[in-house]
Amino acid sequence: MPKKLQETINRIGIPRLIITAFFIFLCILAVLLGLPIGSLISDTLVRTGMNGVLVLAMVPGILCGIGLNFGLPLGIVCGLIGGLISIEMNLTGLKAFSVAVLISVPISAVVGYFYGMLLNKVKGSEMMVSTYVGFSAVSLMCIGWLVMPFNSPEIKWPIGKGLRTTITLTSRYAKVLDNLFSFSIGGIVFPTGLLAFFLICCFIMWRFLRSRAGIAMKAVGDNPVFASASGINVNKSRIIGTMLSTILGAVGIIAYAQSFGFYQLYQAPMMMGFAAVAAVLIGGASAKNAKISHVILGTFLFQGLLTVALPVANKIVTEGNLAEVLRIIVSNGIILYALTKVGGGGE
Amino acid sequence: MKNGANILQMKNIEKEYFGNKVLKGINLSVRAGEIHALLGENGAGKSTLMNILFGMPVIHSTGGYKGEFLIEGRKVDIKSPKDAMNEGIGMVHQEFMLVPGFTVTENIKLNREILKHNLLSRVFGENLKSLDYENMNKDARKALNTIGINIEEWATIAGMPVGYMQFVEIAREIDKSNVKLLVFDEPTAVLTESEAKTLLSAMKKLADSGIAIIFITHRLDEVMSVADSITILRDGEVVATRDKKDTNVMELAELMVGRKIERIAKSDGKRNLSKGNIMTIKNLKVQMPGEEVKGVNLEIKEGEILGIGGLAGQGKIGIANGIMGLYNSDGEVIFRGKKLKLNSPEESLNNGIAFVSEDRRGVGLLLDTSIEENITITAMQIKKKFIKNYFLFTQLSKSEMRQHSLKMIKELDIRCRGPQQVTRRLSGGNQQKVCIARALTMEPEILFVSEPTRGIDIGAKKLVLDLLLKLNREKGMTIIMTSSELGELRAICDRIAIVSEGRIEGILKPEDSDAEFGLMMAGHYSKLRNREGLEDA
Repeated sequence: MPKKLQETINRIGIPRLIITAFFIFLCILAVLLGLPIGSLISDTLVRTGMNGVLVLAMVPGILCGIGLNFGLPLGIVCGLIGGLISIEMNLTGLKAFSVAVLISVPISAVVGYFYGMLLNKVKGSEMMVSTYVGFSAVSLMCIGWLVMPFNSPEIKWPIGKGLRTTITLTSRYAKVLDNLFSFSIGGIVFPTGLLAFFLICCFIMWRFLRSRAGIAMKAVGDNPVFASASGINVNKSRIIGTMLSTILGAVGIIAYAQSFGFYQLYQAPMMMGFAAVAAVLIGGASAKNAKISHVILGTFLFQGLLTVALPVANKIVTEGNLAEVLRIIVSNGIILYALTKVGGGGE
Repeated sequence: MKNGANILQMKNIEKEYFGNKVLKGINLSVRAGEIHALLGENGAGKSTLMNILFGMPVIHSTGGYKGEFLIEGRKVDIKSPKDAMNEGIGMVHQEFMLVPGFTVTENIKLNREILKHNLLSRVFGENLKSLDYENMNKDARKALNTIGINIEEWATIAGMPVGYMQFVEIAREIDKSNVKLLVFDEPTAVLTESEAKTLLSAMKKLADSGIAIIFITHRLDEVMSVADSITILRDGEVVATRDKKDTNVMELAELMVGRKIERIAKSDGKRNLSKGNIMTIKNLKVQMPGEEVKGVNLEIKEGEILGIGGLAGQGKIGIANGIMGLYNSDGEVIFRGKKLKLNSPEESLNNGIAFVSEDRRGVGLLLDTSIEENITITAMQIKKKFIKNYFLFTQLSKSEMRQHSLKMIKELDIRCRGPQQVTRRLSGGNQQKVCIARALTMEPEILFVSEPTRGIDIGAKKLVLDLLLKLNREKGMTIIMTSSELGELRAICDRIAIVSEGRIEGILKPEDSDAEFGLMMAGHYSKLRNREGLEDA
């Protein structure tokens, strides 16, 4: 029996056990402090769904060998463009959401292709380069947002030139997925459509990983020399992985925005890559290996911790703007912890 | 001078690495003013012996050694390279340990600089003393003159010919005032012929000045031209110690290689190897670092087991890697009458050429992936097997993959917990079988196997060799086996090509004499031939 227990612990991994235990501890604390646990859990589910696809974008990056895709903002920016075009076309509801996705996919595919070519030229230091690719893309797009020829009054500043920093989706497709087939049990609201969208994306990814191209991509990420000895085109597979990661980043931000209710332009996408990286690492991935289960578990734990920890901390220490300070400490603390796990424990 | 006192005596040195005895009671003594050559194949124990002499950390972190050694009759215990230096033992490394941006003098005097006082150092102390270049240059000049080389002491190392760097290394060693014993580890390996000559005469000069020299090399003619006495190691034992005047190249070659050979392959009269050539290699050059191939011509007969042997670093490994397109190569390979496109693994695999790499863990396996995926992945990518098609999409066919891997596991007797076990946890022999299974899944017409028994235990070695033999005899597969172990090549091969300095030195039959194998491996044949050629011209 103890041996079986040991095996189970090894399989789940001690970091995940600690985090899960901490999460449960926070939930109990929340109940004891009289916080509305039902709405906290609903929030956690919503946040899992809205961040899930962005976290899923890490998987093809890790598996094709470019490591953690810190350049996720590049994909996010493509998604934002798709989203803005759907508003410009004056669409609403699920149709607008679908059009936003359909437009952003080809844009991000092209961008991802060139991004992949860049990463092929800097083998060995992809994660450092991708971080700065993300930063540069965001900064470059700060100019882009100022000069883009959008005309919709919802997107443009009423006076002067350029696009607004936040674009409200209330009258467009805010929460279309969240509210799709949603139901509530015992005070917990299930955002069925949102979670279904996330899980469908996961399923497609899982299927892709079992296709010939997907298996080649995994081999490239695992051992590029082996892959080329097996006649696999290493650079091509890496580009495919990078493209997929960028595309998922674009789709992910649209799913995120419809739930959040706003598109945020300019500096907002800058740090979004880090949260996705942290979530997948907490889920048990390493810079070399990631599974769909890591994505689902990691997103749930990371977002759960953020959602529950803040009200609990605020309840314990009731001080002015401590909430914001705490939010930063908690989220960056989790990211820092997760980044120490990049190696995945090794051998 | 040749009868000087013993500088170094090693008595009954034994060393174990993780229960594997690599030195089994070595006795060695070197006299002052003597050049003592140390001969042996790769893995004979030369480097381990020298590591002990220098107190390298690798020795002490693996449990130390047994036996004792004496320097000038005094028992010493050398725990670190620094102790070795204090005892007057110097080493000329195979890889140069020089600072490229420094001058020759600075390199020679590195960390032993001659210092002089200046204004600041008088106030603030020793650390601010300046370098006394005048005296340092004088010392460097003296050392360079001793070995008879004409390099300017103020020139920087960067951009110098390799040969010169070697001399700077030597000058640095002899500049140490107490040096009594110098070890030269294959010093001529990277030198041109004229540079090697200068080096050898420098060694003689040094010996005449009373320094004892241990000379490690594979080149028998160099041994014969400079050494006074010769010790030959084989499998961690001293097989012979000879004075130069009592021996000759043939005997040395034989002593170096000789071991009992068990021929696994029965010489049955039915072997018919007259079907013609399956592959012709013309002037193949492969840029594989450390194993460069510099123009190989070779004909491979259909249905044979061809061995490729030779010492490490001579390029034997590069041949298979080049044909498979893993390293940049150049030349002509004709396979079944068609010219093979080089530098493309896909092309080679498509043509029915399979390869089991010498670097099992680096190239041969996906270590964190299951056995079944390891076995099937190449065939899946190249031949589109184990795949179901749905319009534009493909999906892995788990059942076909499982069926095939179970068959392979049974056929090759891979000991595992099941097809889903990851390959990292398998033993070396079983990992090797997975690699072979992957190659066989390609249903190749010709199979390249490199170092099939490296790093696996003796029982498993026999199994792997039996397997190769079985594939050849039962399925008629042409096999090219590259190995550093001459014994196993002679056990199953029909012909053995020996590679030296990136070229085929010659092709022997497994029954040929030890001396012939030894001579070829030492690159002696072509050197003699070249020299004759030069004299003719």
